[in-house]
Amino acid sequence: MKDTPLANCERDFLLKAIEEKKRLDGRQTYDYRKIKITFGTDYGCCFVDLGKTRVMAQVSCEIVTPKENRPNEGIMFFNIELSPMASPAFEQGRQSELSVNLNRQLERCLRNSKCIDTESLCVVSGEKVWQIRVDIHMLNHDGNLMDAASIAAITALYHFKRPDVGIQGEEVTVYPPEERDPIPLSIYHMPISVSFSFFQQGTYLLVDPCEREERVMDGLLMIAMNKHREICSIQSSGGIMLLKEQVMRCSKIASVKVSEITELITKALENDKKARKAGGRFGFAESMPQERITALKKDETPVEMTDVTETAYDIVQKAEAPPQTVPSPVLPVPGMGQVGLGLQNSWGLEDDEEEEEEDDDSVEEQEEKVTKMEVEQHRKEQSSGDVVEISDSEEEEVIILQPEIPNRGPKNAGSSSDQKGAAKSKKRQTK
Amino acid sequence: MAGLELLSDQGYRIDGRKATELRKVQARMGVFAQADGSAYLEQGNTKALAVVYGPHEMRGSRSRTLHDRAVINCQYSMATFSTAERKRRPHGDRKSTEMSLHLKQTFEAAVMTQLYPRSQIDIYVKILQSDGGNYSVCVNAATLAVIDAGIPMRDYVCACTVGFVDETPLADLCYAEEGGGVSSLALALLPRGGQIALLQMDARLHQDHLETLMEAAMTACKGVSKVLDEVVRQHLQEVSVLTGE
Repeated sequence: MKDTPLANCERDFLLKAIEEKKRLDGRQTYDYRKIKITFGTDYGCCFVDLGKTRVMAQVSCEIVTPKENRPNEGIMFFNIELSPMASPAFEQGRQSELSVNLNRQLERCLRNSKCIDTESLCVVSGEKVWQIRVDIHMLNHDGNLMDAASIAAITALYHFKRPDVGIQGEEVTVYPPEERDPIPLSIYHMPISVSFSFFQQGTYLLVDPCEREERVMDGLLMIAMNKHREICSIQSSGGIMLLKEQVMRCSKIASVKVSEITELITKALENDKKARKAGGRFGFAESMPQERITALKKDETPVEMTDVTETAYDIVQKAEAPPQTVPSPVLPVPGMGQVGLGLQNSWGLEDDEEEEEEDDDSVEEQEEKVTKMEVEQHRKEQSSGDVVEISDSEEEEVIILQPEIPNRGPKNAGSSSDQKGAAKSKKRQTK
Repeated sequence: MAGLELLSDQGYRIDGRKATELRKVQARMGVFAQADGSAYLEQGNTKALAVVYGPHEMRGSRSRTLHDRAVINCQYSMATFSTAERKRRPHGDRKSTEMSLHLKQTFEAAVMTQLYPRSQIDIYVKILQSDGGNYSVCVNAATLAVIDAGIPMRDYVCACTVGFVDETPLADLCYAEEGGGVSSLALALLPRGGQIALLQMDARLHQDHLETLMEAAMTACKGVSKVLDEVVRQHLQEVSVLTGE
């Protein structure tokens, strides 16, 4: 199923809000949504909530033969699954553009930055190595999948422990966890991706876009960094033009965000470790208060709601009473219908074109025309009683532009320009 | 990194270039008669062919039609004989799908797509020989092909990869350098306005070095743009002689 397109009104609203530095969920421009990290019962299972975006990562391992050109390096494999469960726009089975993009970005973020010591995953050189597989499932899509996926993946890798192996001569034994303690992976650093979305050809910038914001954005810049301020990967996408200064600014913001997130991950890992050691209850099921798994679960709203009732009451008290009479629709030209209450229409996309058509007319004449039009409009407003149209029959009326045809020829005659002006305004209304 | 010394003490690289020196760029436009635009570009030993069809009516699934601009469709492929090891799949694997995606994004930023609503522009690029900097060579070749097709662009799109070794940025990496564990940055630039159409970086690099590296990449791209401009001018001269103007 294709995604339902966003209504123009909604798009305009979002863009307007962004222009005014406001976001739908009450965040500031550089704020992340609330990040919550929970672990499953097994090692290497991790859930990440980024606002309403929900991602699960599971790490698993098996012994395989290494690649020919890298005989003593373990293999890392990343797979991002965009199941239709997360969003109706995701299709089952097929590799969509988005999934390829996410997959490659994650690989670049975690594999190419060499954050995992792959040589320590070698069991017998050239014959047996560990393959570490990271499966990431999107459970709910509310924007910024990449950041959620990268946090989930690296946290799950930190959390994961592989079984110990012993080698006696030719024989390789994999010990079950009861016999020997499993070994954590050796990880050098923690790359975390931070996404920036750009609006209005790069004029506005937001961190951690939610799904709605992603729909109206022009482009995306993903920067993966670790807390030592080393950039692990950069990727711009979406056909925007960036300037060098913007990239530099983003990298600075990213370094701050990354250090915050790193702290959060370390804390979450520590808490889980403590809980496991103490033999207390841990795991996914324990991380959720009972009966609160469903969508009815409401987190605290980030917007200040304490004195909303009073403020609303105040506003209502102070506001003037709305006029009782509904103004009747005003028609600038007889013989056409319109929607709304005779206000200036804002759809004027084609105004320029129409203006250009009349370029051969002198400026004065145009001015004259405008004033005439206005006068005419006033006149119509005064006598609005007899030109009110019932909007039911608007379709037919709108298309008829007959007075225009006979007057096309002579352009410089004063009366015709008046007529044309009328026709023009009529066109404008229809658009 | 272990093994290879990528930059000698005298400041020379493996293939004898200086740090900021580009490989030799040679190009020809209009190599095919059938296509609307085509170009062949060599950058050192990396060779690429680019072909442009369009703008034409939407083909394939009509649902992709955009009502306000043209759709750009890119396909990147590598000839089976382009690498030392014979490639099994010339296109369709993850890496080339990604590369097609990046090419598409680059040209969406550069081509004036809003001039051709409800139509499609196809860009096919094939790497004939791969010796590093595949992405940038493809972009440069495709730019020439788009120009040859007469499709308006905001500016030339020039791309270049830059590496960072011993605190020195190396321009236009070759295969040996790319494989040597250098942190590399690929950048597609519209040189006149200094706008970046695509930015991609792999491997670790400290934040403080980013600016120098980007600066170097932009200089390199500007160098490429000069060469491309020359090629276009020369091609136009040849064509105008042939048509007798």
